[in-house]
Amino acid sequence: MHSLLSRYAEAIYWMARYLERAENLARILDVQETFNRDSRGGQNWSSVLEINADTDRFTELHGEATAAGVIRFYILDETNSTSILSSLRLARENARTLRPLISTEMWSHINIFYNSVRDMNPEEISEYRLSRICSRIKEGCQLQSGITEGTFYRAEGWLFYQLGRHIERADQTTRLTDVKYHVVLPDIRDVGSPYDVSHWNAVLRSAAGYHAYRQVYPSGMHAAHVAGFLLFDPDFPRSVNVCVQASDRYLGLLRSKYRLRGTARTLELLDELRAELDRHDGESVIAEGLHEFVDGIQKQLIAVSAELGQAFFGYGAPAAEQTQSAA
Amino acid sequence: MHGTQSGQLLDSYDATGFFCELMGAEGHTYERAGALIERLNALSLQDLRARAGDAERELFNLGITFTVYTQKDAIDRILPFDVIPRVISKSDWQTLESGVQQRVTALNHFLWDIYHDQKILNDGTVPRDLIEGNKNYRPEMRGVDVRHGTYVHINGTDLVRGSDGRFYVLEDNARTPSGVSYVVENRHLMQRTFPDLMAGVGIRPVSDYGERLHAALTNVAPAGVVDPQVVLLSPGTYNSAYFEHIFLAREMGVPLVEGRDLTVTEDDEVFMKTIAGPQPVHVIYRRINDDFLDPEAFNPQSMLGVPGLFRSFKAGKVGLANAVGTGVADDKAVYAYMPRVVRYYLDQDPILDNVDTHICREPEGLQYTLDHLEELVVKPVGEAGGYGITVGPRASKEELEACREQIKADPANYISQPMINLSVCPTLVEDGIAPRHVDLRPFAVTGKSTWVLPGGLTRVALRKGSIIVNSSQGGGSKDTWVLD
Repeated sequence: MHSLLSRYAEAIYWMARYLERAENLARILDVQETFNRDSRGGQNWSSVLEINADTDRFTELHGEATAAGVIRFYILDETNSTSILSSLRLARENARTLRPLISTEMWSHINIFYNSVRDMNPEEISEYRLSRICSRIKEGCQLQSGITEGTFYRAEGWLFYQLGRHIERADQTTRLTDVKYHVVLPDIRDVGSPYDVSHWNAVLRSAAGYHAYRQVYPSGMHAAHVAGFLLFDPDFPRSVNVCVQASDRYLGLLRSKYRLRGTARTLELLDELRAELDRHDGESVIAEGLHEFVDGIQKQLIAVSAELGQAFFGYGAPAAEQTQSAA
Repeated sequence: MHGTQSGQLLDSYDATGFFCELMGAEGHTYERAGALIERLNALSLQDLRARAGDAERELFNLGITFTVYTQKDAIDRILPFDVIPRVISKSDWQTLESGVQQRVTALNHFLWDIYHDQKILNDGTVPRDLIEGNKNYRPEMRGVDVRHGTYVHINGTDLVRGSDGRFYVLEDNARTPSGVSYVVENRHLMQRTFPDLMAGVGIRPVSDYGERLHAALTNVAPAGVVDPQVVLLSPGTYNSAYFEHIFLAREMGVPLVEGRDLTVTEDDEVFMKTIAGPQPVHVIYRRINDDFLDPEAFNPQSMLGVPGLFRSFKAGKVGLANAVGTGVADDKAVYAYMPRVVRYYLDQDPILDNVDTHICREPEGLQYTLDHLEELVVKPVGEAGGYGITVGPRASKEELEACREQIKADPANYISQPMINLSVCPTLVEDGIAPRHVDLRPFAVTGKSTWVLPGGLTRVALRKGSIIVNSSQGGGSKDTWVLD
């Protein structure tokens, strides 16, 4: 069998990332109902913009962050490159490029799924239906993962798919954890208040981690525990630690099974990342500054991605985002 | 129609005097088609429509069809699929198969000759200026040898059947004929939606096309290469035939590459860029026209091609299918000489006839065309896709006059042919089942020898009375059954 084309490897990697991104955004929007209420019951839709570093862009385009505005911006806005629709469109475009390689079922589902989201009526996505819509999107992404798991041939392409998924998921979990930083507590006395607890609760739920967290910490809801759980837990499938370990494993397979020399530098970067994770725990990151810590992790993830680009996708220079050409 | 029960579906069907591909001529039905007719009759129109709906949905979900809502941004288009199959009898197929093989063999001899000794031009059997002055003639190919003398590895021969029940060749497609993916996909679609219609009917399979093609391409790899790497070179995802490129790459199990995935080294070797570094490529099934194939050799503006590819081909380091310069053979004016070409190289009478063709570059042809314009079909020689055709018997006075002026202004650009009363096939339309005109494009694959895919692409003009079957002009397609 011939080796995977570089262009395909890149398309698989990004297809996986865009799908994971769409799913995570749906998760975050789903729990906005909780995030968006401050202790006085007021609206605050700006935190979701902060997580995605979209505040300036949104304000410039739409002004004040209203519920309807933010929801539209993140679900159906084709002109917003970070919307769910845009992510799904890019995932589908990559899948289209990959059709010679992926299973017909993978292609067929992403196509049906993208069309169904694109054809959503803007009225369908109003605030009070948001949860249902987000569930639908989440399930669409999960179905795609399931089909991929069950039908995609397990050669190099599969490993690049897994790398894309886990690197994106790690990045998204750091953003989700960081959300607490952006939800401005009105008063220092609010720390540990029911209001504070409900926020952490929502963060965990959006990562589908509430029940798992409860198994590890049967009582209480402490910032250090939640952050530690999301970042370092060795068994929670969305923790940064698990995602980085998985990336390391898949990259290792590219080296051992397919003898790809290009893996060396990326493996080094992942080692550094693992060392960084090993040096910390929930208590220490809260004490030293959660935001600074996750910011550092995000930068390292970007470096890993850029290195993959150079080693395998044929990039001349590091690039943080996909170079989508319309040729 | 004899042999049918008092069904409903085809009872009111009337081929209105044309030769019908299902019912045959008046009072005659293919032996085996009788079973199909009976089964069709057992279906209600409602049932047929429901199943046609299933088929359409499947095409939509696979992203290989378009709807009116999404047409503006649909880049994947497919011929609309008609669920009533077209049937070819065993004996008809024997004629078609040997006729196509003969024609492809003659085309390859002809191409070898015009790019080497030019005997056929030297003795005036075919006018030299018609060939050397043709824009698809590639002087760069003079003296270039191709493996097994094969230039046209994949050929599509467009055929129609007249009211006399005979097949005629309408044109040769010796460059990059498309449509074979629909042949195979239509069959699969039919098997899923109408298993009951097909059960027990012996139909020649079409699903081994990919394997056959791969075997033929392997044949034309540079001599001495063991286990050659074949790739399919596509212009990319925005090409209207991208669906077919995907299909062919998948069926052959080879990488679908774009120009940017390939490089040619200084010693003329072709490589593709993979995650394990550059890997050698030995045969390229290219779905890019000559012009865009290699900016070094042809159109320097091409972004789709691979610089140096032609150099590598000439050096015998890579096989190209089809070879460069085959377009001269499917020119509509060259077509007129094909019966003579067949006799010249093979010393045989053509098994398949041409439609009588008047060549306007020749004074007699021009005069005849101008004198009988209202009876003739006039075609520009350089156009594809059914564009620029004037159908005399259906044209208005103004249209005829416009056509006359165009011919006079540039006679060499036109040929004319008598109007053929194309055969029809029962087709599901808005009002029920009605006759619609069809053509047939069998596909021939040639490496060392020529194999013809049983059947081919049946295109159907969905508009009432229309004889233009091209997808860009309201054409659809049907599953084509060669009876065993």
